[in-house]
Amino acid sequence: MKVEADQVFANNQAAAAVGATGAVIKMKGDKVGVFYGSKQALFDVDLDIYERQVTALIGPSGCGKSTFLRCLNRMNDTIDICRVTGKITLDSEDIYDPAIDVVELRARVGMVFQKPNPFPKSIYENVAYGPRIHGLVKSKADLDNLVEQSLRGAGLWEEAKDRLQEPGTGLSGGQQQRLCIARAIAVAPEVILMDEPCSALDPIATAKVEELIDELRENYTIVIVTHSMQQAARVSQRTAMFHLGELVEVDDTKTIFTNPSEKRTQDYITGRFG
Amino acid sequence: MTDVSADLATQAVRPNDRSLFVRDERTTRRHRAEMRFRMMGLAAVTFGIIALLGLMASILNNGVSSFSQTYVKLAINLDASKLDKSGKRDPAELQKVTTFAYQPLIKAALVKTMAEHGISVDGVNAKQAAELISKEAPAQLRRYVLAHPDKIGETITFELLAAGRIDGYYKGRVTMESAALDRNVSPEQLRLADQMREAGILEKRFNWSFFTAPDASDTRPEAAGLGVAILGSAYMMLVVLVLSLPIGVAASIYLEEFAPQNRFTDIIEVNISNLAAVPSIVFGILGLAIFINIAGLPQSAPLVGGLVLTLMTLPTIIIATRSALKAVPPSIRDAALGVGASKLQSIFHHVLPLAAPGILTGTIIGLAQALGETAPLLLIGMVAFVREYPGAPPEGFFDPASALPVQVYNWTTRGDPAFVERASGAIIVLLIFLAIMNITAIILRRRFERRW
Ligand SMILES: Nc1ncnc2c1ncn2[C@@H]1O[C@H](COP(=O)(O)OP(=O)(O)OP(=O)(O)O)[C@@H](O)[C@H]1O
Ligand SMILES: [Mg+2]
Repeated sequence: MKVEADQVFANNQAAAAVGATGAVIKMKGDKVGVFYGSKQALFDVDLDIYERQVTALIGPSGCGKSTFLRCLNRMNDTIDICRVTGKITLDSEDIYDPAIDVVELRARVGMVFQKPNPFPKSIYENVAYGPRIHGLVKSKADLDNLVEQSLRGAGLWEEAKDRLQEPGTGLSGGQQQRLCIARAIAVAPEVILMDEPCSALDPIATAKVEELIDELRENYTIVIVTHSMQQAARVSQRTAMFHLGELVEVDDTKTIFTNPSEKRTQDYITGRFG
Repeated sequence: MTDVSADLATQAVRPNDRSLFVRDERTTRRHRAEMRFRMMGLAAVTFGIIALLGLMASILNNGVSSFSQTYVKLAINLDASKLDKSGKRDPAELQKVTTFAYQPLIKAALVKTMAEHGISVDGVNAKQAAELISKEAPAQLRRYVLAHPDKIGETITFELLAAGRIDGYYKGRVTMESAALDRNVSPEQLRLADQMREAGILEKRFNWSFFTAPDASDTRPEAAGLGVAILGSAYMMLVVLVLSLPIGVAASIYLEEFAPQNRFTDIIEVNISNLAAVPSIVFGILGLAIFINIAGLPQSAPLVGGLVLTLMTLPTIIIATRSALKAVPPSIRDAALGVGASKLQSIFHHVLPLAAPGILTGTIIGLAQALGETAPLLLIGMVAFVREYPGAPPEGFFDPASALPVQVYNWTTRGDPAFVERASGAIIVLLIFLAIMNITAIILRRRFERRW
C-alpha cells in the first residue's frame, strides 16, 4: 500500500514538474485593480497566463472579465476615465511602464473582439493592414504569401481565396470572425486575447472557431473570455473564475469543472448562480 | 366570496357585444385626432410648396429675360483720320483718343446702313436713331481698337449692344404707351427698331456677356454683367475651402479623438455651437475691425471676404465633421488599435475615409451658405462699384472684386427697371450654383452611404 501511495505521489510530482517546465509564465497580473472614474471594477487580481495554453476567463456578466482582458494589451487606454493599478508583465516587462511603446505591445498582444469588426475594405486589405503598418514584409509577393498563411491559419483560405478583393464586410458572421482572427495572427503576435469571440456565431461557426483556437494553441498564448461553460471546458487548459471584480479562483480547467475549491465557482458552473 | 367579487369589480369590463366593425366613441375620437393632424401636416407642406413655387415663378419670370440681349449689327469704318491722326499706331497716342471720337463713327455707320436698307421713320433724325445703340458701344469699339491697332482704317462688322429701353421693348418691359411718357425713348424710335429688326440689323440672342461682362453704370443696364462678381465669388470660395476645410477637420479630429473630456473642452464645444448661430453681420464687423483696420488688408478684396466667410463656415464644418467622426463605429477604431496601429494611423487609415462623405457634405453645405452670404461682405466694402476684373491668383486675391449676392443687392438698389431684370437673372445664376453644390452633396452622401 505504502509503495503504491508513494508511487502515485511520485507520479504527481513528475506531472507537476512537467507542468512547471512546460508552462512558462507569459503574462503575469500582480494585484491588478481597475477604476472607471471613482468606481472600482477590478480588485487585486493576481493571475498568471501560461505560454502556449488557452486560459479561459469565466464569471457572471459585469464581473470584470472584459476589463481584465483589455488591461492585457492596454486597450483600456482608449477609455478616458479608466485607471489601472498594480502591475502586469509580458515576459517580465512591465507593460504599464511609461517608457514602453503601446503600439509595440499591441502588435505582440493581439485582440479579437466580441462582435466581428472587419475593416470595410477587401478581405486581402484586412489581413494585409497589420503587416504593412509594422513593415513586416519587403515585397508584394511576401505580403501575398503572408496573407495566405494567415487566412490558412484562421481556416478561411478555402472559402476566401477566390474573393480576396471583395469587401470583408460581405462575409458571413462566422467568416468575419475568422477573418478577424486572421488579421490578428498576421502580425505574428505572441498572445491573442479573445473577448467572447463566438457570442455572435451559430453553433457550426462556433465549432469551427473553437477548433481553430485549439490549433492556434500550438503557436500562441491565448486568453479567451466566454460565457459558455462547455466552451471553456472544450478549449481551455486553465480557467479563471471572476466574480464582482475579484478573481475567485484559477486552476486547471479540469479541476475547476470537476472539483472547484470555491463554492461560488461550483454554483456558477452548475448554473445555480443568482 | 366578497373578496372575489371585489376583485372582479376592479377588473376592466369589456362589453361582450363588441364587433370589430363597430367603432366606439374613444376610437372615433382617436381617428378624428389622427385625421386632423394629417390634414394640418398636409396643409403645411402644401403651403410650403406653393410659397416656393411662387418665389421660383416670380424670379424666373423677372430674370430669364436677362439671359438674352438685343444687339445691333453694323459694319463700321474705323476711320484712321479720326482715330489716329498721327498715323503711327502709337499705343500711347491711341490711348488719348476718348470714346467721343468713336461716337460719330457709329452714327455714320448707322445712317449708312439705314439708307442701304431703305429704312426711315418720320420724326427720327440721325442723332435720335443713334440713341438706339447703347452708350456702351463707343467704349466697346475703343476697347477693340486698342487691342487691335492694325485694324484701323478697315471696315469691320460689330455687334453693338442696343440701348436698355430698346432691349426692354423686346422683352415686354417697354411698350409704345410707356415710351410716349418716357423721356429716354419715343414710340418713333421703337418703330424704327422694329424696321431694323425686320431688316436683320437688330436681333435678340443669347446673352453670353451677362456671365462675363463686368458691372456697368446706372445708365447702361444693358451692359451690366456678372463677370467680376462670379470671379470674386469663385476666389472667395477658394479661400474659404483652402482655409476652412483643413482647419475645420483638424479641429474636429482633435476635439473628437484627442481632447480630454473636461470643462475646458466643454466650453469650446458650446462656443462652437454658439458661433454657428452668430448673425453674419457680426462677422462682417469683426472682419472690418481685424482684417482691414488692424491687419491692413485692402478693402473689397476677395481675400478679406474669404477670411470673413471662413470664420462663418468653420463652425458648420466642425459640427458636420464631428458628427461624421462620431458616426464611425468605435469597433473600427478598436480593430485598428488591436492590430497595433497608432491612434493617428487608426484615424487617418480608417476613421477619416469612413467619415469623408459626411465631411464633404458638411463642407459643401458650408460653402453654399458662404456663397449666398451678403451682409458681412457689405461691411468690408465688397459692395463698391468694380469694373476691373481681379487679376490672376495669387495677386488677384488682393484686387477689388464683387460677389454674386452683393451684386444682386447692388442692382436692386438702382433706379432703372432694367436692373430688376439683371438682379433676378443674377439670383437665378446664384441659385443654379447653389443647386449644383447641394446636389453634389446629396450624390456624395448617397454614393458613400455607410458601408459597415
Ligand atoms: N467604459 C466603462 N465605463 C464605466 N464603467 C465600465 C466601463 N466598462 C465596464 N464598466 C464597468 O466595469 C464592470 C466590469 O465590466 P466588464 O465589461 O469588464 O464586465 P464583463 O465581465 O466583461 O461582463 P460581460 O460578461 O457582460 O461582458 C461593470 O460593472 C461595468 O459596468
Ligand atoms: Mg465583457
